[in-house]
Amino acid sequence: MTTETLAKTPLHALHLELGARMVPFAGYDMPVQYPLGVLKEHLHTRDQAGLFDVSHMGQILLRGPDAAAALETLVPVDILDLPLGLQRYALFTDDNGGILDDLMVANLGDDTLFLVVNAACKEQDLAHLQRHIGSRCAIESLFDDRALLALQGPKAADALARLAPEVSGMTFMQIRRVQVAGIDCIVSRSGYTGEDGFEISVPVAAAETLARQLLAQPEVQPIGLGARDSLRLEAGLCLYGHDMSTATTPVEASLLWAISRVRRADGARAGGFPGAERVFAQQRDGVARKRVGLLPQERVPVREGALIVDAEGNPLGEVTSGGFGPTLGAPVAMGYLASGSAAPDSEVWAVVRGKQVAMKVARTPFVPQRYYRG
Amino acid sequence: MSELRFTVDHEWLRQDDDGLVTVGITPYAQDALGDVVYVQLPEPGTYAPGDEVAVLESVKAASNILMPLAGEVIEVNAELIGRPELVNASSLDAGWFFRFRPDDAAALAALLDQNAYDRLLRATADA
Repeated sequence: MTTETLAKTPLHALHLELGARMVPFAGYDMPVQYPLGVLKEHLHTRDQAGLFDVSHMGQILLRGPDAAAALETLVPVDILDLPLGLQRYALFTDDNGGILDDLMVANLGDDTLFLVVNAACKEQDLAHLQRHIGSRCAIESLFDDRALLALQGPKAADALARLAPEVSGMTFMQIRRVQVAGIDCIVSRSGYTGEDGFEISVPVAAAETLARQLLAQPEVQPIGLGARDSLRLEAGLCLYGHDMSTATTPVEASLLWAISRVRRADGARAGGFPGAERVFAQQRDGVARKRVGLLPQERVPVREGALIVDAEGNPLGEVTSGGFGPTLGAPVAMGYLASGSAAPDSEVWAVVRGKQVAMKVARTPFVPQRYYRG
Repeated sequence: MSELRFTVDHEWLRQDDDGLVTVGITPYAQDALGDVVYVQLPEPGTYAPGDEVAVLESVKAASNILMPLAGEVIEVNAELIGRPELVNASSLDAGWFFRFRPDDAAALAALLDQNAYDRLLRATADA
């Protein structure tokens, strides 16, 4: 395996210095774990604070008076009335209602929207934006200009407030320009762990300085992609390319909550996003399959790709994310099931190495979300 | 207690006084796997070399434990069912997997000794 073609984030040298084990991920050489190990990194984040390098993700600015209306043609989300200093979860849909990517959209004011998209999709997302709304607003890729750090966990606010006292006043999904240790950053109170925490967009040249300052706080440990995955899975959060894709719509992916009221079939700005008719038809008529949480009733982890069957062995669906949940101390999974078998507490079976493992359909999140809502 | 022998798959074997051979994975293997969260132990019975007799699930992935030599699995370490983390904490001792009666007791001597295994690890690190 060659790693020479892999891209590096601005913190690559720091990861090596910290003893990280590096793996290829979305074209980047990324830390999957540090010497602490995935299990302890996960538990530390739920108990204290963890620092994640998510600089591989794509940051994009949309500028101009028509930017919000333009972006609404690509996502089923209320962007026009997104308040200043707030961000929302959004989905790029395709003409079939399939999900092209999921993203965060923030209103930074001055007719400027700030987008954070998935690493593996970012070039395609940028092209998608340019093709469809490039004539209506300025689209500025920050891929080479800014790093992204996530500080997550119940002590994240204490740790970050020492470098930027004003973050204490922020609540979940708020975003603003903040000086952190004297560095101009864009800080949002959000994340991908189910915990309180922040995502910090920082100029590339200052990224390592900031990361070292955060790691110097007593609550903070560096956390790799391994624990990032188990944390988001316990929090019931989808991973693009696994739990959703162009083959799944927001209805099938159980992401109806992400479709703003005003953009729904009976809303004031109904539709107007790609695939709206199919999405509305599914809302009206129901879907054949949907995404659910799954709790294996044995200790064995049930991983992505495992077939799910009924008591007679007839196929019902497939696991799309699965593993061990360190906070639960038990395996957790999510996947797609035939709608008739998708009610909470339904009993189904996963096929693991030829043997059937009993699973219970479960509500997500598997661990309570602890966002700071003020 | 005799010295350990090793396979290229990073399993260790120890010839015990009762004629049985104990099998586990090496410290290198447990470190590479990461935190072990589930162990599926072998069913007692006769196996051929290379048979997938047990499965280890770490936080990252599932890995097979291969039968190192022909023989009959007699005993398994049931402690691992409730405490799979022993594989990480004590890979050469309390984290053992199973004991088997080899068809050919002399075959053990043909496996890697500590020196040869250490050279394999150095070669792996240099690769």
